[in-house]
Amino acid sequence: MNIHEYQAKEIFRQHGIPVPPGEVARTAEEAERMAHKFGGTVVVKAQVHSGGRGKAGGVKLARSPEEAGSHASKILGMHIKDLKVDKVLITPAEDIATEAYVGLIVDRASKRPVFMVSSEGGVDIEEVAATNPDAIRKLEVDPRYGLLPFQAYGLATALYDDLKQQRAAARIMTQLYDAFLESGASLAEINPLITTQSGDVKAIDAKMNIDDNELFRRAEIEELRDESSEDPSEVQAREAGLTFIKLDGNVGCCVNGAGLAMATMDLVKYYGGEPANFLDIGGSSNPEKVVSALRIITADPEVQVILFNIFGGITRCDDVANGIVAATRQIDISIPIVIRLTGTNEELAVEILQNAGFSALTDMDKAVERAVNFAKGEGQ
Amino acid sequence: MSIFADRETRLVVQGITGRDGSFHTRQMIEYGTQVVAGVTPGKGGQQFDNRVPIFDTVEEAVLQSGANTSVIYVPPAFAADAMFEAADAGVEFIVCITEGVPVLDMTRVRPFVDEKGARLLGPNCPGLISSGKSKVGIIPGNITDPGPVGLVSRSGTLTYEVVAKLQGAGIGTTTCVGIGGDPINGTSFIDCLTAFEEDPETQAIVVIGEIGGTDEQDAARFVQENVTKPVVGFIAGQTAPPGRRMGHAGAIISGSSGTAEEKIQAFHDNGIGVAKRPLDVVGLIQEALG
Repeated sequence: MNIHEYQAKEIFRQHGIPVPPGEVARTAEEAERMAHKFGGTVVVKAQVHSGGRGKAGGVKLARSPEEAGSHASKILGMHIKDLKVDKVLITPAEDIATEAYVGLIVDRASKRPVFMVSSEGGVDIEEVAATNPDAIRKLEVDPRYGLLPFQAYGLATALYDDLKQQRAAARIMTQLYDAFLESGASLAEINPLITTQSGDVKAIDAKMNIDDNELFRRAEIEELRDESSEDPSEVQAREAGLTFIKLDGNVGCCVNGAGLAMATMDLVKYYGGEPANFLDIGGSSNPEKVVSALRIITADPEVQVILFNIFGGITRCDDVANGIVAATRQIDISIPIVIRLTGTNEELAVEILQNAGFSALTDMDKAVERAVNFAKGEGQ
Repeated sequence: MSIFADRETRLVVQGITGRDGSFHTRQMIEYGTQVVAGVTPGKGGQQFDNRVPIFDTVEEAVLQSGANTSVIYVPPAFAADAMFEAADAGVEFIVCITEGVPVLDMTRVRPFVDEKGARLLGPNCPGLISSGKSKVGIIPGNITDPGPVGLVSRSGTLTYEVVAKLQGAGIGTTTCVGIGGDPINGTSFIDCLTAFEEDPETQAIVVIGEIGGTDEQDAARFVQENVTKPVVGFIAGQTAPPGRRMGHAGAIISGSSGTAEEKIQAFHDNGIGVAKRPLDVVGLIQEALG
């Protein structure tokens, strides 16, 4: 799950990381009022789950409350990488002397939380990693001992020469590690970590991604979820216990298992079609899940055909068949449905489907080919 | 022969009285797996289906039943503790089926399991099946017969698809292993390749990967340097968009790394035949077996 900058900053504040004050505005008037309250120059920052906000024109400096209002009116409603901006963060502009990068991720290779810091901050860190890898210092943290004080100090020395700033940065590393663990994050990033002209060290941006698997035990983090910034069909799918990702094609796919779902999308492409979505109905499916899945798929006007690909293991084919029959009674589906079922209770499923006037295939390739033909308007 | 599980496997089921645990315990017994104990706190002293003794703790189960392998079907909130407990009790091989285990939990479980000298498979995996001998986990028992192919995969139902297609062509397996789709897990592709290389009955190996991470690339280099048997591969997720998690916690293309294209290239560069479709694995394996 992604959270917004203003939410990540609030988590940082709770852990003692120095962060400038900020307020969230949903209208230009609110933005102007907040800018007036802070006084002086402020920054208006789009709050959207996307990188590259600055390049897209979603971050602007305002020298007066009126200017803040006019920037906000332009940023609110704009789209950054297909995501609509409906909130801006108003925060006092800082007097920046230097910009550094601090990142913490769970690293697959070392199987540990890993810090990455660089004195070259404020820019795309992937670019620094590609062009000047020596400018990045890495540290693997042993989760059994946590980030030890000498390790935090070592990271800080890669950023600053001044002892006071080194100590301030070391404290921030430790606080960031705590925030990361207590939020169940998979990524936490400060880009940039700045020093001001007067020598203070501050985090003026904040990014956190949360491991979805942590949410069951972190209700306070789950509350930060912003459904308005997600695709409505993906929200609906999550509530129904399905994993759904919308794509651009017209072959609606309904599959059990993530690997098979991806392979099905690939096979649609192989036979000359384009998948409309990724949809995994999960392991122990019940008929209601299938009904929800069909509702979500058919809500997309681009979809020309629905393809079921079920390999029954824990998932029982008869459950899926019952779901298809129930759904077609509840929803008016005017496009063809191609069904492939094999595995647990396959015979029962075929019987249920035949009684309801559907036919079912057992071969994945044949089913995908047929679905692609329907999508191209070639029938069969 | 087979890898990791065979007729000597003595299995303890953690979460034996739960919905999934009880269903799959019956399936495993039916397949011929020696299920020697179950664990459910508070139900120690009872019997499962009048045949499997239940214990409160894994330690007790191991002491009383001589279990050497465990399979975990507990909810995600308790899965890390179940893995710690099994490793601490001296279980040699731990298979965690549970999906949804927080990745930060795994950063603590993994070093503990390694220090105890245990092997972990999963979490979020379908387990494994050593054809005709033993199955541990949830892979349906009827989709593969004994034969010369060793198979390792990051996914569940896609594995069934490929294995069933091989069965349709009359080709059986030594062992099928599902290592799971999480970013931090136990047994890797390389661990399985090493074991299949050493297994005299395995004559060819299938590796089924997917987008995300670099495990397939590492496996490909390992094959080039260390595996003498023919290896055939398939990668799922060629049409997956970057930055979106495709179901599995580990199946995400980050930046420009972890793409299907990159993995397929790594397979080609290291002498691994790549199937364009799951079905094409059959032809490539037939060729490999001669």
